[in-house]
Amino acid sequence: MAIRVFLLLPVFLSSAIVSFSLYEDQAGLADWHQRYIGKVKHAVFHTQKTGRKRVIVSTEENVVASLDLRHGEIFWRHVLGTKDAIDGVGIALGKYVITLSSEGSTLRAWNLPDGQMVWETALHSAHHSKSLLSVPINLKVDKDYPITVFGGGYLHAVSALDGEVLWEKDFTAEGFEVQRVLQPLGSTVIYVLGFVNLSEAVVYQIDSKSGEVLAQKSMAFPGGFSGEISSVSSDKVVVLDSTKSILVTIGFLDGDISFQKTPISDLVEDSGNAEILSPLLSNMLAVKVNKRTVFVKVGGEGKLEVVDSLSDETAMSDSLAVADDQEAFASVHHEGSKIHLMVKLVNELDNVLLRETIEMDQHRGRVHKVFMNNYIRTDRSNGFRALIVMEDHSLLLLQQGAIVWSREEGLASVTDVTTAELPVEKDGVSVAKVEHTLFEWLKGHVLKLKGSLLLASPEDVVAIQELRVKSSGKNKLTRDHNGFRKLILALTRGGKLFALHTGDGRIVWSMLLKSQACERPNGISLYQWQVPHHHAMDKNPSVLVVGRCGSDSSAPGVLSFVDVYTGKEITSSDIGHSVVQVLPLPFTDSTEQRLHLIADTVGHVHLYPKTSEALSIFQREFQNIYWYTVEADDGIIRGHVMKSSCSGETADEYCFTTRELWTVVFPSESEKIISTLTRKSNEVVHTQAKVNTDQDLLYKYVSKNLLFVATVSPKGAGEIGSVTPEESSLVVYLIDTITGRILHRLSHQGCQGPVHAVFSENWVVYHYFNLRAHKYEVTVVEIYDQSRAENKNVWKLILGKHNLTAPITSYSRPEVFTKSQSYFFAQSVKTIAVTSTAKGITSKQLLIGTIGDQILALDKRFVDPRRTLNPSQAEKEEGIIPLTDSLPIIPQSYVTHSHRVEGLRGIVTAPSKLESTTHVFAYGVDLFYTRLAPSKTYDSLTDDFSYALLLITIVVLVAAIYITWALSEKKELSEKWR
Amino acid sequence: MAPILRSTSLLALFVCHISLFFFFASNLPISSGSEDSYTITGRVRIPASTVIGHAAKFSNIKVILNGGQNVTFLRPDGYFTFHKVPAGTHLIEVYAMGYFFSPVRVDVSARHNGKVQATLTETRRSLTELVLEPLRAEQYYEMREPFNVMAIAKSPMGLMVGFMVVVVFLMPKLMENIDPEEMKSAQEQMRSQGVPSLSSLLPASR
Repeated sequence: MAIRVFLLLPVFLSSAIVSFSLYEDQAGLADWHQRYIGKVKHAVFHTQKTGRKRVIVSTEENVVASLDLRHGEIFWRHVLGTKDAIDGVGIALGKYVITLSSEGSTLRAWNLPDGQMVWETALHSAHHSKSLLSVPINLKVDKDYPITVFGGGYLHAVSALDGEVLWEKDFTAEGFEVQRVLQPLGSTVIYVLGFVNLSEAVVYQIDSKSGEVLAQKSMAFPGGFSGEISSVSSDKVVVLDSTKSILVTIGFLDGDISFQKTPISDLVEDSGNAEILSPLLSNMLAVKVNKRTVFVKVGGEGKLEVVDSLSDETAMSDSLAVADDQEAFASVHHEGSKIHLMVKLVNELDNVLLRETIEMDQHRGRVHKVFMNNYIRTDRSNGFRALIVMEDHSLLLLQQGAIVWSREEGLASVTDVTTAELPVEKDGVSVAKVEHTLFEWLKGHVLKLKGSLLLASPEDVVAIQELRVKSSGKNKLTRDHNGFRKLILALTRGGKLFALHTGDGRIVWSMLLKSQACERPNGISLYQWQVPHHHAMDKNPSVLVVGRCGSDSSAPGVLSFVDVYTGKEITSSDIGHSVVQVLPLPFTDSTEQRLHLIADTVGHVHLYPKTSEALSIFQREFQNIYWYTVEADDGIIRGHVMKSSCSGETADEYCFTTRELWTVVFPSESEKIISTLTRKSNEVVHTQAKVNTDQDLLYKYVSKNLLFVATVSPKGAGEIGSVTPEESSLVVYLIDTITGRILHRLSHQGCQGPVHAVFSENWVVYHYFNLRAHKYEVTVVEIYDQSRAENKNVWKLILGKHNLTAPITSYSRPEVFTKSQSYFFAQSVKTIAVTSTAKGITSKQLLIGTIGDQILALDKRFVDPRRTLNPSQAEKEEGIIPLTDSLPIIPQSYVTHSHRVEGLRGIVTAPSKLESTTHVFAYGVDLFYTRLAPSKTYDSLTDDFSYALLLITIVVLVAAIYITWALSEKKELSEKWR
Repeated sequence: MAPILRSTSLLALFVCHISLFFFFASNLPISSGSEDSYTITGRVRIPASTVIGHAAKFSNIKVILNGGQNVTFLRPDGYFTFHKVPAGTHLIEVYAMGYFFSPVRVDVSARHNGKVQATLTETRRSLTELVLEPLRAEQYYEMREPFNVMAIAKSPMGLMVGFMVVVVFLMPKLMENIDPEEMKSAQEQMRSQGVPSLSSLLPASR
């Protein structure tokens, strides 16, 4: 059967090289693209002038963007390099956006209206230090006040007009750490305050015109500082001492340093350690003591007094000048499902300028950050708007007691993705209206016909697009026959689970991961927990979300089980042990819950679900469970097997100990592991064999226990350009993870990483850099089973004298051989994936995420080791492409067509029910989804199939038959009369 | 194979577009600071007359060093700079929607104080000046064939219709032109041979 289908297959597929190819009017029919920016770090409002009001933000995904303040849309945005974290943003001269990045060593100016980079300056940096950006606020556009930047141990003054460094001052002295750079408004003196070894305060006065040091004062502080600092006015800062129990006010008026100590116990009773909060308030600071936020007013002589205190869950903005020397700040706190936004004057905290209560979705968590902006209302009073960043990274604009717009920025940091089915459509419940009259139906098809014959006017084109979207019913919330409608479940770093509809990418539901043990668990990974299809049909499918309390791998884990249809959490548990690896086992219990093993840091594994049934299933398969761990830093791969229950140590009967079965140790002086990869566990392989052109059979070595490992010389582990071809070599291995046996080893001299690989069926394709040719290369390795090579004879197969049904054990030595071939590839690659279909019959395409954040679909036949320079006629008929030294980049086969998936990190594919079609979801800062048919839709009609043309043809034919019949009758009659 | 052929023809077209600029290289070693880090300055130029109506927006172009180690953007005049690059052999890639740029191998010489030598890795052409131009424009969509009567006539359905038209309208005409007496004698002959003929099946012959 398999062979017959295989022989039939080329008939379908070999006709031509199928590139993805999309017509321009088809864009957006099966695909969608969403643009995000990430969790906002800084925000600067630009609302002074009339016209477009915007807010400039920088984010944790290294994005600088300009957002429309009215609707929250992106005017422009730039994604900086991964190592180019943004330290500060500002607006200079009213027309440039200034960003400081790369630990204070890169300063860039962007044109405010369109985001064009205007200038870029590299600043000196000697060592790691705080990076501080201060852009002068000047209302006179013509006068160029320099931007002062501190970073890398140097203080720079940079002209805002052209980015020229006017002067720089060296502060790299040993032990000296600059804490604050202050410039009183209108003054020409810059104060640089720093600590020497956290025990001595030093203040430099610097002339802002020339950069000369006017004065320098220092004063030792015997207690020592803790480094937390808050500047309260232009000549005062408040610091915590090393015990974190005394607030020290440092005054440096006119260069004289004075200390004033105030124990926190004087301010707040029975206080513990204090923490200075980041908001900058004038003449006031916010201190977090005993889980309460205490506002401390700083008097003229450095005297501190408590003026107010708030509950812990309060976020505050910096203070902002609102008319007549008054400063106001915004604070947001939670109360049940509501949030309260208050704007108060700094000087009179009782004077609440604004008090608003807004209903807030529980699944957004708490408020993390508040940025406030004021505007003058028509009645000359002050109005306020607040931009808030929530715990799930979403960004909202509050104004006049309502959420004006919101952006789900959590989706910019997706960590894991899986897909889930939608509920089955119930009888009598029609979700979307599809009924319309025959006339409308025909009209639609005539329009389509016009479109495909290029006779449509622009209005018609719009109508066609609308019609297509409507008629396809792709946005319904039920399962469809072809499996095109699905849910994409995306887990974000902020610990929120989103369900996106494949039809239009809208959020169907979202859920914030919760934990009793910690405030904010991070999301790590997602697993299919329960997929009922044979038994337990009344149950809804569910997924397992694995999270962690903290960033460290030894931090305790959190499990959450979520119903896919409703988005409600079924249960959640703090599991009390750490999570290093989660192993979904190939067993399910009677309710179709999949068994999972979770390995912790101490070498134990824990079985989930914790039921006696699961335990008995597990006990039965106890001897057959193997897994491996990769210690990339030490260059060791270990194989493990179950040993016993760890009941001797703990009472937990679902906990097991393991023992080491094998180790593969790579010599640390010559090889360093840079990449490991296995096959997807749920991949379907349709044909076990491959027919050669000479009617020879090759059996694929299809094993789920193969591990691809790439190592590189330690010297070559760095970037391109850091090593010569002689010093670096790349070695790849195929290792059996049951026995630790190395099945294949391939060495590439003069090559280096990074290696991006994809493993499917019996082949691996990997991308690396060839230093000799100074080009990227792609190599394919196919692995075949030699032991079954004798099963070629048909009689043997018929008479059953073959070993195809013989049990295969991993302990027998497999006789394998490999074929490989290498090609050049003209682009850097971020990630590679492969299409997957329901039965695995359709030919495969590689999906290559390029450095330009596009996704290229490359037919697997381009990376086939059987390619030769001059293929014979038989080989050509089979679809073997003549060998070329580089892989083609065909622009029409970019599946992302005219979009970019900025900051691309991963590509996920999932089969649809229709064999020809696969779902592709790419995530990075942006999200992109499309449906692909790697061998075209051979099993269904395309969307633009013209039913109208078919119908018209039939009608015309029938009419012609009748007319000709009538004519011939008439003629016959006249013949007879004659 | 068709897409490949198309792109090669495009390539040929664009090689013609590349106007050559030959004056000496911009090798700008950084003056102070650490000894072994240099600056690479170059320029991206996109031919003004593009075949496809892509507005060449500099603000969306990224220049990438060594596969993502550094990312920089273009100034309004098309210049870009990488700072603090150590001596060695590097790779520069330019990404602009709608264009394909060859990666550039850039040798920064430590001996010659940061002198920069550049070679296009795709065409192996060495550049005397780091001016990067697209090898070809990229069109991400298939072009729709304009409405064409011949195309429809050539399609299988068109051929079928054509054949039927021939059978329905021309065959009777052919029959009419034959002399009735000759026809009769021919029919007689055929009847005597007992071979069923096509003409006997046609209504016109009766």
